[in-house]
Amino acid sequence: MLAALTAFAITSVARLITGARALWLGCTPQPVQRLYYANHSSHGDFVLIWASLPQPLRQHTRPVAGADYWQKPGIRQFLIKRVFNGVLIERQHSDAISNPLQPIQETLAQGDSLIFFPEGTRNLSDEPLLAFKSGLFHLASAHPQVEVIPVWIANLNRVMPKGRALPLPLLCTLSFGEPLHLQADESKHAFLDRARQALLALAPKES
Amino acid sequence: MDNNTLSLFAGIGGLLLLASLIGRLLKWRAGPAPHAVIDNLNARINAWWVMVLVIGLAFLFGKLGVILLFYCVSFYALREFLTLTPTRRSDYPALVAAFYVALPVQYLLIAMDWYGLFSIFIPVYLFLLLPILASFGGDTTRFLERASKVQWGLMIAVYCLSSVPALMTLEIPGYEGRNLLLIAWLILVVQISDVLQYVCGKLFGKHKVAPKLSPSKTVEGLVGGVALATLIGATLCWITPFSFWQAALMALTVNLMGFAGGLVMSAIKRDRGVKDWGHMIEGHGGMLDRMDSVCFAAPVFFHFVRYWWV
Repeated sequence: MLAALTAFAITSVARLITGARALWLGCTPQPVQRLYYANHSSHGDFVLIWASLPQPLRQHTRPVAGADYWQKPGIRQFLIKRVFNGVLIERQHSDAISNPLQPIQETLAQGDSLIFFPEGTRNLSDEPLLAFKSGLFHLASAHPQVEVIPVWIANLNRVMPKGRALPLPLLCTLSFGEPLHLQADESKHAFLDRARQALLALAPKES
Repeated sequence: MDNNTLSLFAGIGGLLLLASLIGRLLKWRAGPAPHAVIDNLNARINAWWVMVLVIGLAFLFGKLGVILLFYCVSFYALREFLTLTPTRRSDYPALVAAFYVALPVQYLLIAMDWYGLFSIFIPVYLFLLLPILASFGGDTTRFLERASKVQWGLMIAVYCLSSVPALMTLEIPGYEGRNLLLIAWLILVVQISDVLQYVCGKLFGKHKVAPKLSPSKTVEGLVGGVALATLIGATLCWITPFSFWQAALMALTVNLMGFAGGLVMSAIKRDRGVKDWGHMIEGHGGMLDRMDSVCFAAPVFFHFVRYWWV
């Protein structure tokens, strides 16, 4: 109950501040298993994607988040566990045996959709998009039935710049692109490059 | 609301009813298939109903209602403007000052009737403060361009638009307590000029005025729309402190300023590669698409009235 109310409050506030508008350019919001991957510049990124999905899809779409940030007891843990039903991954894995993607693989095997940031960390540089980590490739090759969908989040880095407490009420747009599938003999490098280009192609042109 | 206001709104309601009927008729004649122009016309008319309703509600609450209404209009306009004009990370303090200081303070000053400050607050104090704040960020990349964007956004979306509720602060001899009607007259004349330019352009438009800036504006639309709107403004002189000819001249002034405003704001949109400022008003685009003419007409109108009638 509290979690549902919090979810409603957070998505409403996020929409109010950012005026978030979802553009379904290459696909429509449908209840099929998907891996939404997006550019990452703020902690609000997954909230905005999550908020722009229709309610029935939201219940089966889980954000992937860094355990180091979200696993602090208290409000963060409540939000990520109870409200967003997030999948936490260890970004600094100490022992070489454990696979940090394991929890994500399990989630996909259960049939849920995911929100995933292939850059692995927030992009605070002047570059529009950092190099992708290999995680996206491993997930796509282990679960070929899942639609891999690029989502470009425009302007949220201006709404919530790093280290600033007060968000600016600028308008954000989310562009959902065409589904990608790993091709039969596609190498890791080629797939990651293709995925990165597909995401960049959704970004508004800067003059 | 007095009788004049009521009859004015009744007139606008009748006009909208007629427009809705014509829109439905056109749609019925064109058949069930989607028709871009007619569907957009009907979307525009429907949005007008909502806009007139919102303005009417604000008028019920008098001066405070109008100030709050335009505070919101300025907020949406500023957000559309600054969304479309990219800034860099070190502009954050300037943007915070624009949204959270300049905007509320400007409307507060108008609510306080403090003409001496609200008329120079943004053009003097914010004009200087914004680049100071931006310089603290230490980023020199396109500095002048970035500083100007925030200044421009504030001037257009906050300063210029706030001239409309500022009309409430004018004490016009023989017109006491009726300033709301002056606001109604200004908005009505400027907006009906936009509408009539659109209608005349769609019906008779052949020669483009500024094909590069705004492909939909035509000479026929401009002349027909401005002439008709000026006539309407003149015949509505009974709700203003103006005589018939004074009202006609004032209407002509605001209509020409409004047209020019549409051109300027269009130039900015084209440069940024978009057709509309936003998407909040169905059929019209964003708040700034609807208010671009008011942005340019209102400050000139305010100062003309203040100079000659106060």
